[in-house]
Amino acid sequence: MKRAFSREQKITIIYGILSIVLIIVILQLWLLTATMNAFLGGEESVIVPAAIASAVCFALNAGLLRYIYLMESR
Amino acid sequence: MATTNPDSIPPDGRPYHEQPQWRNDFPIDWPQDELVARRDFTKFLVLTSLAFVVGQAWIAFENWSRKRQGRPPVHKIARVDEVPVGATRVFTYPVAHENCLLIRSGADRFVAYSQKCTHLSCAVTPTSRGLHCPCHNGWFDTATGQPTAGPPRRPLPRITLEIRDGVLYATGVEVRS
Repeated sequence: MKRAFSREQKITIIYGILSIVLIIVILQLWLLTATMNAFLGGEESVIVPAAIASAVCFALNAGLLRYIYLMESR
Repeated sequence: MATTNPDSIPPDGRPYHEQPQWRNDFPIDWPQDELVARRDFTKFLVLTSLAFVVGQAWIAFENWSRKRQGRPPVHKIARVDEVPVGATRVFTYPVAHENCLLIRSGADRFVAYSQKCTHLSCAVTPTSRGLHCPCHNGWFDTATGQPTAGPPRRPLPRITLEIRDGVLYATGVEVRS
C-alpha cells in the first residue's frame, strides 16, 4: 500500500517538480527561437525534429503535473 | 479567542493573540496556500509548454505550405537597357506585395534582393555605402546582401536572375542563413 505524503513532503516534491518543469520550458523556448531562426534562414532539416522534441518536453511536463494532482488526491 | 492551528502561522510569525481581529476571524492556512500557489504556477508553466508546441507546429505547417507552393514563377523585370549602370529598380516578386530591389553594379553585373530587412521586415533602401534599413540602422553589403552592421544577422534573400534576349527575368528566391 502506498503511503500518503505529509504536507511538508508534498511541498518539497512540488518544488522539485516545479524546478524540472521550469528548466524544460526554458529549453522549449530556446528550441522555438532556434527553429524560427533556422526556418527564416531557409534551413528546413531541423524543423520536424525540433517539433517532435518540443512535443516530448510537453508530454513530460503534463506527466509531472498529473503526478502532482494524483499526489494531492491521495 | 485566538486560533491555535499549527498550520496557520501568520506571515509576521507573531502569536495569534497579538494579531489583529480580522486575522483571527479569517485565519489563512499558509502552508496549504503555498502548496496551491506552487501547483497553479506549475499548471501555468505546463500551459506555456503547450503554447511552445503549438508554435513549433505552426512553423512546421508554414514550412510545409512553403514547400507545397513549389518553385516561384519566372517573372519579367525590365529590359537590360532600361536600367543604367549604378541604377536600382524596385519590382515585385514572387507575389504582388513582395518588393524586391534590382541593382545594376556594372555593365554585365546585376544583383537582386528582397527589400524586406531580415531583422524586422522594414524596407531596405540603396545608398552609396550599401543597403540601409532605416528602422534600426541595419546595413547590408550591396554586392552580396550580407549584413555588415546593425541588428540584422541573416543576409537578404537573393533573387536569382536570368537575361534572355536583352530582358531581365527573376527566376527564383534563394533564402540564406
